[in-house]
Amino acid sequence: MGLWFSLFSIVILVLLVVGGVEVFSWDSLFGVLIPYAAFVIFLIGIIYRVGKWAKTPVPFRIPTTCGQHKSHPWIKANNLESPYNSLGVIGRMALEVLFFRSLFRNTRVELMDGPRLVYGGTKWLWAAGLAFHWSFLFIVIRHLRFFTEPVPFFVNLLEGMDGLFEISVPTFYLTDIVIISAVTYLFLRRVVIPQLRYISLAADYFPLFLILSIAITGVLMRHFYKVDILSVKELATGLSTLNPVTPEGVGLLFYIHLFLVSILLMYLPFSKLMHMGGVFLSPTRNMANNNRMVRHVNPWNYPVKVHTYEEYEDDFRVKMKNAGLPVEKE
Amino acid sequence: MSSSAKVIAGLIIFLCLITFPVWYNVVGGKASYTPELKIISEEKSCVESKEFMRIEHMQLLDDWRNSVVRKNNRTYIAHNGKEHNMSLTDTCLKCHSNKTEFCDQCHNYLEVTPTCWNCHIVPEENKL
Repeated sequence: MGLWFSLFSIVILVLLVVGGVEVFSWDSLFGVLIPYAAFVIFLIGIIYRVGKWAKTPVPFRIPTTCGQHKSHPWIKANNLESPYNSLGVIGRMALEVLFFRSLFRNTRVELMDGPRLVYGGTKWLWAAGLAFHWSFLFIVIRHLRFFTEPVPFFVNLLEGMDGLFEISVPTFYLTDIVIISAVTYLFLRRVVIPQLRYISLAADYFPLFLILSIAITGVLMRHFYKVDILSVKELATGLSTLNPVTPEGVGLLFYIHLFLVSILLMYLPFSKLMHMGGVFLSPTRNMANNNRMVRHVNPWNYPVKVHTYEEYEDDFRVKMKNAGLPVEKE
Repeated sequence: MSSSAKVIAGLIIFLCLITFPVWYNVVGGKASYTPELKIISEEKSCVESKEFMRIEHMQLLDDWRNSVVRKNNRTYIAHNGKEHNMSLTDTCLKCHSNKTEFCDQCHNYLEVTPTCWNCHIVPEENKL
């Protein structure tokens, strides 16, 4: 259900561009207005979502830990698995963001003959996820060659690494192959594994199809139905210098690619893809496990109005004295 | 209080990174540059049409190389039926001998590093 809905959504989005560019030649709509709108929605959406998370009070420290908590000096504490200071939190967060450390611990339960319950590690999701995310980052950085002039040195460096094997002309990028294989795997596991298929929704399939279509249109443009990249760069630098132009004959495939990227940007802040910012704002990941060292005041504690004995005595001192009751202050 | 400062700092770092092309172009100030190709040839047309050459020249040169080096076939029959000698030095560079004003214009602009000059000698005009 969700699968077909997502697939048809992508088809409709692509047909929208085909109609818009081929029939009505709304080049500036698809080349300038929608990308700008998408970028603005993306930025505002990210700020809105992050702001909303940041405003949510955290009643107590809830870091998830899987290592020795810091206690006596003669017990060796594990600052990465149970961080007790900011350094540990930053280290753990960096490993989480760069290498998906918690996903690496992914396990699977299997009932073997006997009957015997076996817990085993499964690294496939971790490996495909890591391959996908790193390729995506490389591809995004590589695209800076279209948006900047002169092109920064690191883009060239990355391109050299990515096209190391010089397969065909223009060179096949390794990340293109990796991202398409990884996304295909991430999609297939949702379809093939029954339990995963049962819990998969349109919100799971749609981003996968969207990213896969973006990657495929990109590869098609580079190797099979080439577009004039001189005009592409003119358009792209036009966008980044806020001086937009829509050169003639950029090619339909380019507009499809750009439109799908715009959809991705608009969709990102309001979907599960927002884990991009969310990982940094997860209380289970971004707090130090220092409950016994630092007092953590619940932010929504109501300021309770207290009436101390001294104040009571001030109020009733005369009456107390008259009744012969002892008072602390004369 | 300190946590909101951290969130704002994080957002500012994110915004700086994501708007990199915008401020980089403002700082660099060269983004309005567009390549200008100078054609210094007597010939009226290239081996194929301008539109074809513009997007397919790298493929054509690659096919030529394979044909010459692997099959010893130096004759190229263009789409209009005209025959050409498959040779970078004798055919392409005969007209486009001005590498810096022709090849390099787009290649530098788009950060493309063709492997032609790994084997071929760079045309005379580029020697300093």
